[in-house]
Amino acid sequence: MTQTIAELGQLERRAAWRARLLPIIGLMLFLLIWELLVRWLDIASYLLPPPSEVVVQIVERFPQLLQNSGVTAYEMLLGYFMAIAIAVPLAIAITASKSFDNFITPIILFFQTVPKIALAPLFLVWFGFGTLPKVLVAFLISFFPIIIDTAVGLRSISPEMIDLARSMGATKMQIFARFRLPTSLPYMFSGLKVGATLAVVGAVVGEFVGADKGLGYMLLVTNSNMQTALMFGVIVALTAQGLILFYVVQFLENILIPWHITVRSGQEHGTM
Amino acid sequence: MAEPFIRLRNVEKQYLTKDSVVLATEDVSFDINESEFLAIVGPSGCGKTTILKMIAGLIPYTKGEITIAGKLVDRPQTNVGIIFQDSVLLDWRDVLDNVLLQVDIRRLSRQKYEPRALDLLCDVGLDGFEHKKPYELSGGMKQRVSICRGLIHDPPLLLMDEPFGSLDAITREQISMDIQHLWMEKRKTALLITHSIPEAVLLADRVVVMTPRPGRVAEIMDIDLPRPRRLDRLPDKFNDYTGHIRSIFQASGVLHLD
Repeated sequence: MTQTIAELGQLERRAAWRARLLPIIGLMLFLLIWELLVRWLDIASYLLPPPSEVVVQIVERFPQLLQNSGVTAYEMLLGYFMAIAIAVPLAIAITASKSFDNFITPIILFFQTVPKIALAPLFLVWFGFGTLPKVLVAFLISFFPIIIDTAVGLRSISPEMIDLARSMGATKMQIFARFRLPTSLPYMFSGLKVGATLAVVGAVVGEFVGADKGLGYMLLVTNSNMQTALMFGVIVALTAQGLILFYVVQFLENILIPWHITVRSGQEHGTM
Repeated sequence: MAEPFIRLRNVEKQYLTKDSVVLATEDVSFDINESEFLAIVGPSGCGKTTILKMIAGLIPYTKGEITIAGKLVDRPQTNVGIIFQDSVLLDWRDVLDNVLLQVDIRRLSRQKYEPRALDLLCDVGLDGFEHKKPYELSGGMKQRVSICRGLIHDPPLLLMDEPFGSLDAITREQISMDIQHLWMEKRKTALLITHSIPEAVLLADRVVVMTPRPGRVAEIMDIDLPRPRRLDRLPDKFNDYTGHIRSIFQASGVLHLD
């Protein structure tokens, strides 16, 4: 049987709806199976609480979760913005000057290889229990993807494009602002997105080492008190925080570079 | 006869690679007269693109002298329009804004040049596409936009570096006809770099035939065919010219026909 174009259009619209609904259905199914398994197999709540209990805990302890989220979000965002503020200008300097590149890149490479998490205890010794060591870990861990992707992006411009700009009499500043920087944006954003998901990891690791507030601290406390359901609640809060930052960056990407293939293909298929 | 518009005298270009010196072109001398259409044809690696870039002042030459309108070329020339093999459009600008890029960078008046840009786009059959983004265009359409960008500021010299290189056969023919049409209308001095013998003979008043690396001038041929030249009405002389160029390539070992 052949289908008319109208029928095909209808099928496509249905498929688009399905694409939107399926992930939600999948998640619901996963939670349902979890709930049922825990109940049927009678698993102790301190080992694996059912999702319903986690939800109850999140609702009951919402003010506490929110307050600690605020602390961690502050550390995460401060570290993340610091990383952007330093990594992007540094990437510009590296790509602008060959000698600066030769000078600084080995140092950056060295620090990139150091497991950043191993530095957290050191920061505790240096800077104490306050906000600063957490911010620093978040900063360090999100710094490298941002600087590396931005530098790759700034170098990705084709030699013909530069020749074209020079034949128009473009100044160095014009070549940078009108050609090089816009070309680098898609790469920069992929670094910013990776950095966003890492920044939350950095803040939590910082809190693990020594803190008296924040979601990482709460995670340790609930762990030692065997409040496993609340612990899951904290994990949900952390995930939500990372996701929100990620989607904010992605939203900015959609606005700033709607012309890029990654953004366009995402729109066409209605996926992330 | 008047002084030629562009003069190359004994131009040589050496490239320094990591462990050796590569001679790209050697002892290249020819002239391009004002309003003349000159094509350089040669095998890959004969340094024809290098010659174009040296004339544009984008890369320095190691020996010899290049002058445009009596002035020594010692810096990027801004009074030219360049068309590359790749259209190198800016993805974030629409068609019209890509053409007007020249105007923006040169800080000219958009108001004054916008009607001209629309005329040019119309000339190459892109009317109605002004506000499309490059990703919405075919390869041939993109190349037409880049031709309009090369002409918008009305430069006296048009440099084309294998402008058909990345296009399919039918689009190549259409765009070479577009270029002939634009050239006959505006009579700008034009330099076409190509590895296609028929394209060089079809478009040029004179053809400079190059030898393989190091690139030297093997022969400079006058193409005496009436214009407009049409692909469906090529005179026998056309085949004589292309045949002669093939025989030069055969003699230099680039082409084996048996």
